[in-house]
Amino acid sequence: MILDSKIPAGPLEKKWTSHRFNLKLVNPANRRKYKIIVVGTGLAGSSAAASFAELGYNVLSFSYHESPRRAHSIAAQGGINAPKNYANDGDSVWRLFYDTIKGGDYRAREANVYRLAEVSGSIIDQCVAQGVPFARDYAGYLDNRSFGGAQVSRTFYARGQTGQQLLLGAYQALLRQVNEKKITFFPRREMLDLILHDGKARGIVVRNLVNGKIETYTADAVVLATGGYGNVFYLSTNANASNATAIWRAHKRGAFFANPCYTQIHPTCIPVSGDYQSKLTLMSESLRNDGRIWVPKKKNDLRKPNEIPENERDYYLERLYPSFGNLVPRDIASRRAKEICDNGFGVGETKMAVYLDFVDSIKRLGKETIKQKYGNLFDMYKQITAEDPYNVPMRIYPAVHYTMGGLWVDYNLMSNLPGLFVIGEANFSDHGANRLGASALMQGLADGYFILPYTIGNYLASEKFGKINLTDSSIKSVKNNVEEIISKLFNIKGKTSVNEFHKKLGKIMWNNVGMGRSKKSLNEAINQIKKLKKEFWSDVKIVGEKENVNAVIEKAQRVADFIELGELLATDALNRQESCGGHFREEFQFDGEAMRNDKKFTYVSAWEFKGENKKEKLHKEKLEFENVSLTQRSYK
Amino acid sequence: MKLNLKVWRQQNNSAKGKFVNYKIDDVSEHMSFLEMLDVLNEELIKKSEDTIAFDHDCREGICGSCGFMINGRAHGPGSGIATCQLHMRSFKDGDTIIIEPFRAEGFPVIKDLMIDRSAFDRILQVGGYISAKTGGIPDGNAIPIKKEDSDLSMDAAACIGCGACVAACPNSSAMLFVSAKISHLGLLPQGKIENDERVIKLVAQMDEEKFGSCSNTYACEAECPKEISVTNIARLNKYFIKANL
Amino acid sequence: MKIVNSFLTSSVGKKILMSLTGLFLCSFLIIHVSGNLLLFKNDNGVSFDLYSHFMSTNLIIRTIEIGLFAFILLHIYVGLLLTFTNRKLRPKNYKKYKLSETTTFESRIMRLSAVLVLIFLIIHLRTFWFEARFLGATSQYKLILTSFSNLYYTGFYIFSMLLLAMHLKHGFQSAFQTLGIKNSNYNTIINIFSFIFWFIIPILFASMPIYIFLNK
Repeated sequence: MILDSKIPAGPLEKKWTSHRFNLKLVNPANRRKYKIIVVGTGLAGSSAAASFAELGYNVLSFSYHESPRRAHSIAAQGGINAPKNYANDGDSVWRLFYDTIKGGDYRAREANVYRLAEVSGSIIDQCVAQGVPFARDYAGYLDNRSFGGAQVSRTFYARGQTGQQLLLGAYQALLRQVNEKKITFFPRREMLDLILHDGKARGIVVRNLVNGKIETYTADAVVLATGGYGNVFYLSTNANASNATAIWRAHKRGAFFANPCYTQIHPTCIPVSGDYQSKLTLMSESLRNDGRIWVPKKKNDLRKPNEIPENERDYYLERLYPSFGNLVPRDIASRRAKEICDNGFGVGETKMAVYLDFVDSIKRLGKETIKQKYGNLFDMYKQITAEDPYNVPMRIYPAVHYTMGGLWVDYNLMSNLPGLFVIGEANFSDHGANRLGASALMQGLADGYFILPYTIGNYLASEKFGKINLTDSSIKSVKNNVEEIISKLFNIKGKTSVNEFHKKLGKIMWNNVGMGRSKKSLNEAINQIKKLKKEFWSDVKIVGEKENVNAVIEKAQRVADFIELGELLATDALNRQESCGGHFREEFQFDGEAMRNDKKFTYVSAWEFKGENKKEKLHKEKLEFENVSLTQRSYK
Repeated sequence: MKLNLKVWRQQNNSAKGKFVNYKIDDVSEHMSFLEMLDVLNEELIKKSEDTIAFDHDCREGICGSCGFMINGRAHGPGSGIATCQLHMRSFKDGDTIIIEPFRAEGFPVIKDLMIDRSAFDRILQVGGYISAKTGGIPDGNAIPIKKEDSDLSMDAAACIGCGACVAACPNSSAMLFVSAKISHLGLLPQGKIENDERVIKLVAQMDEEKFGSCSNTYACEAECPKEISVTNIARLNKYFIKANL
Repeated sequence: MKIVNSFLTSSVGKKILMSLTGLFLCSFLIIHVSGNLLLFKNDNGVSFDLYSHFMSTNLIIRTIEIGLFAFILLHIYVGLLLTFTNRKLRPKNYKKYKLSETTTFESRIMRLSAVLVLIFLIIHLRTFWFEARFLGATSQYKLILTSFSNLYYTGFYIFSMLLLAMHLKHGFQSAFQTLGIKNSNYNTIINIFSFIFWFIIPILFASMPIYIFLNK
């Protein structure tokens, strides 16, 4: 099978415009005859559902939460990019496109990234109109800051709660359509399988998380907006419920999984404090604008940070990268922190942390200014660690944060399965091997507000949809399959809890497939995961009732899927014999920096599921670069 | 440290619930309150007992999923935090902790500590938004907004919809929640256009959903994890009077 | 009809009614206390009796009096209505509920202070107003002297003023919150007036029986 990315012809700047003109339209009067299922209500899901409903389609919206507003987009802190050039510092669509392609280490499609940069300005306008209270200056105009290594100020923000405010905007737009009866919202439903009919995605099977009943819903198209799979590492900055089950089960029905090995480790998180730890908390990257990262020059230095004199401190990022200093991209900052801790220079009880120090900024700008900029982050840090960062430097350590990989989609955001669309973090499309700060919110909303509403219309207008009966044997068998998996899990009656399996998986992943990967570690991981999978299916212990609220059976299925996904992630990492962005192979480095192999690996790996316990098949989508020349990233 | 927990257990909405005592040892002061419950649940699994159901997700105080009454306080002792941000260092060795769900007619119990807060969605659904459609929008800088208004709006918009205000209120009133949305939108020029209609509809739906009236005890403000101010309630009242005149 | 429909039937509308009636009753306290200050005039109650006579015979005052009673009843009625509605909205009470850590004392005893102030009001009206209006007592001053020579009556009166103070401490500023006027621009002025109403006025009222009791 040849993967067709359906990238339109023509010059880069004209592709999206001409493509929109060529897309087929659904007559406004006919739109109410179509039904679209949207799974997930984060930025991508909510914005898509609302936009479809506004166009006149009927939308069924699903979430495993009680309310659309609980989706994890809400936790994004930093901001959202748009090349408005309000700061008059030379920004442009082209520059955002270029930064994103380069930041992604030349492993994303030019056309997709350009389109993302092109529509991002409209997102800001849209959000302002919805009432998102972005930060403003005293003249009343929108304020910008520079973020995550960008050399222009193009990041719009609402204090440290940008994700929350954008999600509330999209959530409110969604609620408005619920009120108009164009959207039916199904709370506390977890998607467990995809229904294919005549080769097209036509519905989903869900578990009602309140009464445990398995329910089936059908429509003319299915949109997955179910987020990333960072929790495959057990500890991550993702929410506890964030999982890959929806995309993984779709993958098992035939949707290709692309670039699973591209995972992003965020450099500034609060370090792990004990075995009971359930998640890691991110400290916004914006802290690196004013904080200086350092460790003691002496190994195993037990002195308190304030007792270590200036000349005995190693500001290693400033030393290694004089021009970017503390603002190097996420992957580099993370790797250097791991390296320095592995070499015995780490600080804190666990020695797995480095200092992020604000003393100089407080001296230079005053405590008040720092408080205004980062007050809520400092409070959050103090709440968790009981240390006051105004007086004592923060301790930080990298943690898994975002996954660039996801289901493969073409330029229209449709997977290789007709009628199955994937948006937001759940797809693989725009960030290549590494995502820039403040670009996740941008992508989620671009997909939902300004891209999918056009392209899905083209699909609906081009296809004929036969009537689909819930009593069809093909649908019944999907439902039965879901029920069987659940029964099987209950019947194992083993001794080990789901959480213990998840922790074990996390350890395997973090130690072997984390920040540094090698052929040896990856093979090790694959073997261990295979063993873990067997153990899981023979020894997992499920308690509680099948037909009631039951967090254990919910999580068991998520972990079962994470185990399989973990294996694919390691397999993909093993296949990619180069270092790029968030994927760092220890064998492929030059002077400590990632070394790409453009000759052999300028492609998207798209994996096809071939059956339980069978090797997945690799398909390659070649990446063409017509507008940028591939250079080795250097931030020195 | 060792703790005694009295936890509300209720099989489902129609079941009669009761308090069950649990003893838990080896609690670290660095644990969050929810991590302490995770540990307890792991122990229950070992004993083949059903785990305690509670809503939680982001565990960093922003999603609004978690929240119960801990020793008579919504989100437990301390201020400006959600339950997930409460750490065990707030308790002493040997303490007895009473944990019960947020109780209000508008928040029926689903199981144990898990409640149904969909009433909040239904309130906002009738008008808690600006009716802007996707597309056809002028530039974001076309309407300058006074920084002060924008900041006040953001203060109110910080609401996470956890329901602590209702739980803490002696009247089970949702006024702080509703007024936060009224203020968030009403303070912005884009939102002002629909102010009258919005406030009337939201107040009507709030009453419909069985939340009480405000008697200005300000327990809500004291327990709000985002420290939303009760001046928002005054603002709602002002808008409400204006809308009716 | 818009007003009737959405205003009076809504919880917020009822609260506004509560605050408006409350504030009207507060304004009556000003008149009442200033007239009563004549008690302190050393003329054996001549001025005070003149004032009482005027208050009970003047047509305008008599008309306002009807309004006053209506407002008292309305204030009580809406208060009861809200209390009983709210009570039903927490189907099961908390095993532990620490309102003491989140609310003020006076706000927590609002209902209790309301009931006790009402009992006081009934006794107070029976002793003075009813006596004069229906039983033909001619000198209010004499009535006051006899009543406040009784230690228990005086004690009860002072205790009631304490409760009135608590009721007003929460109620007065609360009314402005409900009317949507309370914000940082007006807080200071509201606080000053609140102090006059909850502290000064009840003290003035309480000082009268003390003064009379001590001078009997």
